[in-house]
Amino acid sequence: MIDPTIRTAERVELLVAETSEGAQELKRRGDTRSDELGREVGAVLRVQGLNIDPNSVDFDRRDDETMIINMGPSHPSTHGVLRLMLELDGEFVLRTKPVIGYLHTGMEKTAEELSYVQGATNVTRMDYLSPVINELSYSMAVEKLLGIEVPERAVWIRMMMSELNRVSSHLVWMATNGMDLGSTSMMIYGLRERELILAFFEKTAGLRMNLNYVRPGGVAADLPDGWQDDIQVICDTIYERTFEYDQLLTGQPIFRQRLIGVAPITAEEALALSLTGPLLRSTGVAWDLRRAMPYLAYDQVEFDVIVGTYGDNFDRYAIRLNEIRESLRIVRQCLDMMPSGDYRSQDPKVTPPPRARIGESMEALIHHFKLFTEGFHVPVGEVYSAVESPRGEIGCYLVSDGGPKPYRLHVRGPSFVNLQAVSLLMRGGSMSDTITVISTIDPIMGEVDR
Amino acid sequence: MIAPPPLAPPGVVTSDGLAADLCCFPTREQYFALVESFKVDGFEMCVDVTAVDYLEHFDRPLPDAVVASRFEVVTNLLSLSKKQRVRIRVQAGNEAPEVDSLFALYPGTEALEREVFDMFGVIFTNHPDLTRILMPEDWEGHPLRKDYGSGRVPVQFKEAPGPR
Repeated sequence: MIDPTIRTAERVELLVAETSEGAQELKRRGDTRSDELGREVGAVLRVQGLNIDPNSVDFDRRDDETMIINMGPSHPSTHGVLRLMLELDGEFVLRTKPVIGYLHTGMEKTAEELSYVQGATNVTRMDYLSPVINELSYSMAVEKLLGIEVPERAVWIRMMMSELNRVSSHLVWMATNGMDLGSTSMMIYGLRERELILAFFEKTAGLRMNLNYVRPGGVAADLPDGWQDDIQVICDTIYERTFEYDQLLTGQPIFRQRLIGVAPITAEEALALSLTGPLLRSTGVAWDLRRAMPYLAYDQVEFDVIVGTYGDNFDRYAIRLNEIRESLRIVRQCLDMMPSGDYRSQDPKVTPPPRARIGESMEALIHHFKLFTEGFHVPVGEVYSAVESPRGEIGCYLVSDGGPKPYRLHVRGPSFVNLQAVSLLMRGGSMSDTITVISTIDPIMGEVDR
Repeated sequence: MIAPPPLAPPGVVTSDGLAADLCCFPTREQYFALVESFKVDGFEMCVDVTAVDYLEHFDRPLPDAVVASRFEVVTNLLSLSKKQRVRIRVQAGNEAPEVDSLFALYPGTEALEREVFDMFGVIFTNHPDLTRILMPEDWEGHPLRKDYGSGRVPVQFKEAPGPR
């Protein structure tokens, strides 16, 4: 119901007041500090010593020549609730500032209220496209503090599942990127192939997303009977279909024109902005934690680190497409080399007893009860563990005060840090390029806002 | 596989962290210069900036020369060439925590420092745009502080929207 006593102008004011984020928003030029203005146009990165290069900031431009508009938070191509404020000169972007926090749910605070056993259910919801890898970084941090070793088979299962997860995450990226650029068929194909992997996840862990599969001490369940056949089918099918994507997209003239040479970034800029993952590799820096600082058993499998040359949108596309193939290569090696043995640590203080044991062993019952009421205690200390997620380095900084709950859990989300690149990448581009830039940065808002 | 940890400049308290990290404990005054020396030394990237509120743990294990304070800002540096990490834990103060911003050295710390400011109220001097980043602009308090009291305060919302 519209109250007729409120005039339109007042209504606009009300709406603005309701949705305003105050100082977090992109301010008018006249109100912006010069160093912040330099940051917003990426000029601080362009010269040595990180001073502002006056030539790349048009300080003289007046506010009445430009227009500040909002894109998002609910815009179909912002992949969630990303809000970008753009300063436009006609069709061209002068400044960009992401305004985030619309999906903030206080997961780091929640983690302080959950025991270490429950913690994995929390972190798995951060980057909802790569749950296994979130759980992995968390579990590795807990295990480092506990000082326990996980069995060989658990290591290989973890590795195989994270690579499958990387494939499924990149497939979603291929799908959404295709849709952003107008190829709706790519969206359907990408999600169709991902379904194969999700079905395998469901068979193994019981859930399609937010698996809570990797837990401190090992994994939640052993691989299902006949998993080898499933993996074989997944690898063969998706590997073949990556070449269909090539046919569909890679050579497509419109697709190429929207990607090649658009929004390039240099290695120096990427390093200065702490970018990781495909964004960093697209500039030619061969930095992949799986290779550079091997964890799990990545030093025992063969794979290539894919790097780009120009750091443009097309490089980032090509890297992700080829990483699907490399990940499938690792999955195939896991298939051949999967050791037998336990899938979780047999330390009763960390791992719950098998269901059947509870009925017959008093000790098992006590362990089960203690584990699921109080949880296990973790020695005092702090640790940072980092793994390579599909988007870059996901780090888990864990502080324990000796109790059954983390004293502080901080997750270094790669999307959160990578999002800083939008200001630089969008500058000088046209409005339509902003869509491709958001897409190739691949931010997952669940992880950006946590 | 993992190279021996790097050496910190003299005068800075260090300890071996878990997982082959070097931990440095500079004072607030030493902090910026220490990070700068690491940057010159080949640590190309500042991976992470976060903080911990040790309200209940002033007695936590620290090297002898370090005076524990309530807030601790934790910075993770990464060297791609040496494949090493270094963790810098600076005691940021009790009532009004404040440290230098690393923005001038690593522009990528901009969002991370804003997050620490938002969540803990740590002031980063010389930061170009120190505003809230995850919480709404009119939010009161800093949620990750230990005395914030999760679950005990009603959720803050802006005023109910008027008739449109």
